[in-house]
Amino acid sequence: MKFRSVFDIIGPVMIGPSSSHTAGAARIGRAARTLFGRLPQRVTITLYGSFAKTYQGHGTDVALVGGLLDFDTDDERMVQALEIARESGVEVTFIESEEVADHPNTARLHLEDDQGDLEVTGISIGGGKMEIVELNGFELRLSGSAPALLVTHHDRYGAVAKVATVLANHRINIGYMQVSRKEKGLEALMIIETDQHVDDQVQQEISSLEDITGVTVF
Amino acid sequence: MNFRTVAELVELAESKGMPISEIMIQKEMDTFNKSRQEVFEQMAGNLDVMEKAVRKGLNEQMKSHSGLTGGDAMKIRTYMTEAPVLLSGRDALDVVSRSMAVSEVNAAMGTVVATPTAGACGILPGCVFTAADRLDSDRETMVRALFVSGAIGYCIANNAFISGAAGGCQAEVGSATAMSAAAMVEMAGGSPSQSAEAVAIALKNMLGLVCDPVAGLVEAPCVKRNAMGGAIAMVAADMALAGVKSVIPTDEVIEAMFRIGRDMPVSLKETALGGLAATPTGRAHERRIFGKSAE
Repeated sequence: MKFRSVFDIIGPVMIGPSSSHTAGAARIGRAARTLFGRLPQRVTITLYGSFAKTYQGHGTDVALVGGLLDFDTDDERMVQALEIARESGVEVTFIESEEVADHPNTARLHLEDDQGDLEVTGISIGGGKMEIVELNGFELRLSGSAPALLVTHHDRYGAVAKVATVLANHRINIGYMQVSRKEKGLEALMIIETDQHVDDQVQQEISSLEDITGVTVF
Repeated sequence: MNFRTVAELVELAESKGMPISEIMIQKEMDTFNKSRQEVFEQMAGNLDVMEKAVRKGLNEQMKSHSGLTGGDAMKIRTYMTEAPVLLSGRDALDVVSRSMAVSEVNAAMGTVVATPTAGACGILPGCVFTAADRLDSDRETMVRALFVSGAIGYCIANNAFISGAAGGCQAEVGSATAMSAAAMVEMAGGSPSQSAEAVAIALKNMLGLVCDPVAGLVEAPCVKRNAMGGAIAMVAADMALAGVKSVIPTDEVIEAMFRIGRDMPVSLKETALGGLAATPTGRAHERRIFGKSAE
């Protein structure tokens, strides 16, 4: 089920004018910001399909940047997001792609600063809902409607079981899980949606496990 | 408490002797481990945002950034007090003016609730506040109406689509109209199966509607489609309450909407490449607004 909550349908509360091109775009930007963990210094945003054709009229550019500034969909500062980003020293570049993406409302965001970079592809699936479909080259499906744990690890036997054991010990139930890898035996990514919130202590415990290279709570 | 289709929803409600709103509230509580109060208050908050948007659009001179829309809701309000005869009647124009008011607020980058989308955000508030006036409903009934429409939207979104880019205007304004019709049936004391009939009747009259906004903006014809969506929802609710049944069952109408949306060319799905967007006047507005024309 793509839509799980009644508030996916009656909601979000948002600044107009378009749920897919404004609110969904803001949520993609905000997800990228959360995954990056801090305000980026440089951002390159590539727009595909309907996003590329109509972004100016819908404020898609404004909304994506608003999300990168950590604004929620109903934040009234959204309208000034481009100016606020400029004042905060964030350099934003937009590219309109002619390439055909799988989904008509697709945006690829490349975030960077002196400490590192991150590439995220998001799709806006309607009514303000979005999904992150690619993260640093890993294919995934992340909606943000349930708490999720993103764990990068060496692609080796036992890694999944170790993480699942830590969660079980803390009585955290896994609602949905996927494992993605670029190539056998190299780096892999686990996406674990949980029914309960994952706190810092659990996060620490997972990062200290053998073969685990990174943990992000989303 | 689980359902995937409108038929399953109605079956669940009728077997338990509960209204559709109650099924949706309990499903939300189960799925997200939330209390009844939490779920109810979040929805009540959405109703408050809708009420503010209705009031703003009816009382303030709205103007969108492009200048394409704004001020029509107020125009209808004035007409309602001055015209010697109202051809479609006071109730119809109440729902029309309120639906337009919210849609105009949205186009002017005001705050709205997406129901199910921002492009169709006028219809549900227009319907719920107008029905509440007629029926003298209390706040709880109005909040419950939002849960009914949410339950229907949930079925449509998971079995078809709710965005113009994916399925055309039938998926947006069509879904909102169907959701609102079902909500008003419960407000008026109708049964869950009457709500389902209202969905089918309303959605059937929206099938095939394309998404062809001028310059790609959620303005023209969106604001007026919200107005007419409100009017259709109200009539569909009355028809269902009168006992009129759809020949094609509700879930099959939703499936038909899905297949029609699939078959619809990309030029008519929110790309501003066809329909009204591609008319000489549509193109002229586009050039005026952006200083260029989409190829």
